Amino acid sequence: MPSEPATSLLIFLAVAQATAAGMLVAARLLRVRARAPARLKDTTYECGETATGVTWVRFHARYYVVALFFVIFDLEAVFLLPWALGARDLGPGGFVAVAGFVGVLMLGWFWALRKGSLRWQ
Amino acid sequence: MNEHLRALLLAVVVVNTVLALTTFAIWFERKFAGRMQSRLGPTRVGPFGLLQPVADAFKLMQKESIRPRQADRVLFELAPLLGATCALGAAAVVPLAPGVAPAQLDLGLLFVLAIGAVTVLPIFIAGWSSNNKFALLGGMRAIAQSISYEVPLLLAALVPIVLTGSMDLSEIVRQQAEGRWLAVWPFFLGLPAFAIFLLAMLAESNRIPFDIPEAESELVAGVTTEYTGMKFALFYLAEYAHTLIASALAAALFLGGWDGPIAPGLHWLLLKTFVLFGFIYWVRWSLLRFRSDQLLSICWRWLVPAGVALVAGAGAWVAWGPTP
Repeated sequence: MPSEPATSLLIFLAVAQATAAGMLVAARLLRVRARAPARLKDTTYECGETATGVTWVRFHARYYVVALFFVIFDLEAVFLLPWALGARDLGPGGFVAVAGFVGVLMLGWFWALRKGSLRWQ
Repeated sequence: MNEHLRALLLAVVVVNTVLALTTFAIWFERKFAGRMQSRLGPTRVGPFGLLQPVADAFKLMQKESIRPRQADRVLFELAPLLGATCALGAAAVVPLAPGVAPAQLDLGLLFVLAIGAVTVLPIFIAGWSSNNKFALLGGMRAIAQSISYEVPLLLAALVPIVLTGSMDLSEIVRQQAEGRWLAVWPFFLGLPAFAIFLLAMLAESNRIPFDIPEAESELVAGVTTEYTGMKFALFYLAEYAHTLIASALAAALFLGGWDGPIAPGLHWLLLKTFVLFGFIYWVRWSLLRFRSDQLLSICWRWLVPAGVALVAGAGAWVAWGPTP
């Protein structure tokens, strides 16, 4: 008698995490330690030079338009999944309805393509 | 209690098998790459160098653990653990044999896609918490790539869902075992969807030609720049495990999973997985890395519309096509 799928899933994830954690613990037991803390060992790596400036600054995320598109298409997928499951039962009617919905979306995609929003800027 | 014990045992066996296979896969890749470049690959440790990855793992275990002074302590330590958990967790729903999967979820495919999408977060956490410019750039690139290729991956995965009417991976494989593999019939939908799935999968697991997040010639080692010892090993392992599990999923979705004559199902699943895995490494050692802009334009200008067209084709096929 197999257990509830969700329970099995939780057990599996717990085992996966425990295994990874076990490897970290094993490494903690086995690894070498420097006798005295070194002055430069724990500095940020920047090709051997002293690191200049700070890392956590604001900089241009060039793909923010792409991120917007991702949200749109991911939402579309959320609407498509229930239809996909019942596509056979819904038949031609369901297909036409979904095709209309996706068609409008792809019209938007085409417009964005022509505007050049899908290019690296 | 008994059924929980069964699930626990199966989980322990599957997780450790995936880890062992991952070790083997690393050997396989190094040997394969060596041969492609007229080298021998590892030969010294064990027969045919088979124990080389094990030796590497022990070596990495002994390495000193260094955390940069500037790094965000908690997140820096947490990222490798989360990364490995996400990568291994995806194996939970892979159907191993008729009626056997670590977790028989009705929405198995949805779970896989969800955990696949989450996998980029530990990578970005690692990149951000390292407080290293190379690592941060690697993390930013990883996100750009991952959110882009998530969409074709979803669309390609929608094709088997539409054709089989199920999101349960066991059920998808069972229907292929009773009928025909989706890559065989209807091949005009199955094969292109399979190709898009493979491509998107390569990108999701940051494999060449989609490895700009790592790009060792420009970003040192990408997000893993500041990691040493076992924490680095976990990232490495997670990457290989991710590729391996994704190959198994592609085999389950399009190539009939455990379906095959004579030998028991698990053999067939492993065989198909390793054939796909070999293909991925063939690509890896043959092609060059894409640039960021090429990467995004391939995805949004070609793969997304192709994916939508395929889903529409699959929908039309089940609405008007022959009933099975």
